[in-house]
Amino acid sequence: MEYQTTYIVLAAAFGLFMAWGIGANDVANAMATSVGSKALTIKQAILVAAIFEFAGAVLAGGEVTSTIRKGIVDADLLIGMDDGAKMLVYGMLAALLAAGTWLLIASRNGWPVSTTHSIVGAIVGFAAVGIGVDAVQWGKVGTIVVSWVVSPLTAGFIAYLIYRSVQKLILSQDDPLAKAKRYVPVYMFLAAFTITLVTILKGLKHVGLNISIQSSYILAIAIAAGIAVLGAILISRIKPDPKAEKSQHFYTVERVFGVLMVITACGMAFAHGSNDVANAIGPLAAVVSIAKNGIIGAKSSLDAWVLMLGGAGIVVGLATFGRHVIATVGKKITQLTPSRGFAAELAAATTIVIASGTGIPISTTHTLVGAVLGVGMARGIEAIDLRVVARILISWVVTIPAGAVLAILFFLLFKLILP
Amino acid sequence: MANMLANIFGTSPVRPLERHMDIVYRCAKKLRPFVNAVIKRDLKRMAELRSQIEALEHEADNLKKDIRLNMPKSLFMPVPREDLLELLLVQDKIANRTKDVSGVIMGRKMKIPKEIAPQYLEFVQSNVDAAKQARKSVRELDELFTAGFKGAEVTLVSEMIEELDEIETHTDEQQTRIRSALFEIEKSLDPIDAMFLYEVIELTGEIADMAERVGRRLELLLS
Repeated sequence: MEYQTTYIVLAAAFGLFMAWGIGANDVANAMATSVGSKALTIKQAILVAAIFEFAGAVLAGGEVTSTIRKGIVDADLLIGMDDGAKMLVYGMLAALLAAGTWLLIASRNGWPVSTTHSIVGAIVGFAAVGIGVDAVQWGKVGTIVVSWVVSPLTAGFIAYLIYRSVQKLILSQDDPLAKAKRYVPVYMFLAAFTITLVTILKGLKHVGLNISIQSSYILAIAIAAGIAVLGAILISRIKPDPKAEKSQHFYTVERVFGVLMVITACGMAFAHGSNDVANAIGPLAAVVSIAKNGIIGAKSSLDAWVLMLGGAGIVVGLATFGRHVIATVGKKITQLTPSRGFAAELAAATTIVIASGTGIPISTTHTLVGAVLGVGMARGIEAIDLRVVARILISWVVTIPAGAVLAILFFLLFKLILP
Repeated sequence: MANMLANIFGTSPVRPLERHMDIVYRCAKKLRPFVNAVIKRDLKRMAELRSQIEALEHEADNLKKDIRLNMPKSLFMPVPREDLLELLLVQDKIANRTKDVSGVIMGRKMKIPKEIAPQYLEFVQSNVDAAKQARKSVRELDELFTAGFKGAEVTLVSEMIEELDEIETHTDEQQTRIRSALFEIEKSLDPIDAMFLYEVIELTGEIADMAERVGRRLELLLS
């Protein structure tokens, strides 16, 4: 295939731009709660996010990337076409550019849109119109769209259960501090266990590690127990502050939850990296694979450098603009105190990591919003603005056709100008 | 970027409600030094305190409007919006009554007969105490929201409300006694002055009544 370097460079540039955008905007959702509740300083939050976003992208981002790369467009149909390979390259480039442009437009106008919805809409759009309606694997796309409804609901349900248990076991007790010190390490164990287990089971094979199921469980239990013990030690050092407690009885209790929240924030950053990196590098990976092999559907594995590039892009976005966004969002979500924030984060992270493990690209932010609503349903949040929730639902419906239309335009443009 | 997560949180009415009650109490508290000044016939001090009461009542009023504006119908809250608005309304009435009492006394340049002066001052203090207890209960709102209106926190607030009720009953008894004391001496007073003294006593007693209603409203949130 000719001009392969041009394609790869273009795709890498677009992909890097998307990754940067994800890092600049979306990571804030994972970290801002910890900053807002003062469980972490901004510097610590950025460090934690950088490490865990990168780790999530590289260790567990493979499945979702391969879905975006080859799960939506039917490769068999393209193989039969004369310039099918070229069409797919143009299409993926167009999808990246379309999603990036749409996100830019949406940000400027203050619309709450999802990166995942944009990129999936864009890929479906170019494939259906640019190549043919049959080129889309509608079954798979259907699964993805259903998951967009299911994931916020699941996260909401889990968050509801978690917060209910926190109320029952800790907050409504006579001595909430003693109860918090007893039960919070258990929540830590659960959080660490779920996230490590899914990572080990589903993620590690992309980095070439193969561990048996049995040892996976043992490893996950060991890591989770280690984290829980470490957390318990940190918690035991927290001393009540009678002065602060006079105006807020849960002051010290919330500090205990603050320790837990550091762990769920790590989990959330990891989960976010694992799911969202694919939005930027899935199309890039497709272009690289075709350009290198000249044909579609070659049994090439995902290049490690592609995942690294995505992870690095997210970290750069985080370092440049993310700081500011985290600070702004953190100030606005003071209602999400550690006890509430952890419930939402743990529920969302669990849902996202499981989706990542099965390769389904879901919207991490929508999942987190679902989790927050779940805490609200447990009578846990003071006030949620349902108008904004409605606006999110509308943007959900608008984003897919918008991404699709833009992708079609860019696709036609690329067909004209690219070699 | 419109951040979805940041925007789904509406302005929480909880802290502002607590702040409103704080202002209301600060307003009610001024009534004691004011009545003291009335008894001592210290006109300068009276005017000073009267304007402080007015300023605080005004501040509470503004905050009340602010809270209402920030509580749109689209807000999803663990308790009905109407209950919170009603709570706000009765809180505000404590400040209103304080202003009314000081207004009538000031406007009519009233004197408190020395026969009932100590009793009246005590009565004022009990009413202020009721307002204070109401503030104490309202201050538990954010804890109630965190605990999801369940468990130990609910018991705590229920006890506070019970105490508030006791204070209110006490003011009722005081009010009866002070009325009969006034009845004993009313023949010696100017008839219109006497009428307005009854009126002032009535208005003062309403401070504790409103405080008790704050308790009732809180209780509704607990159920």
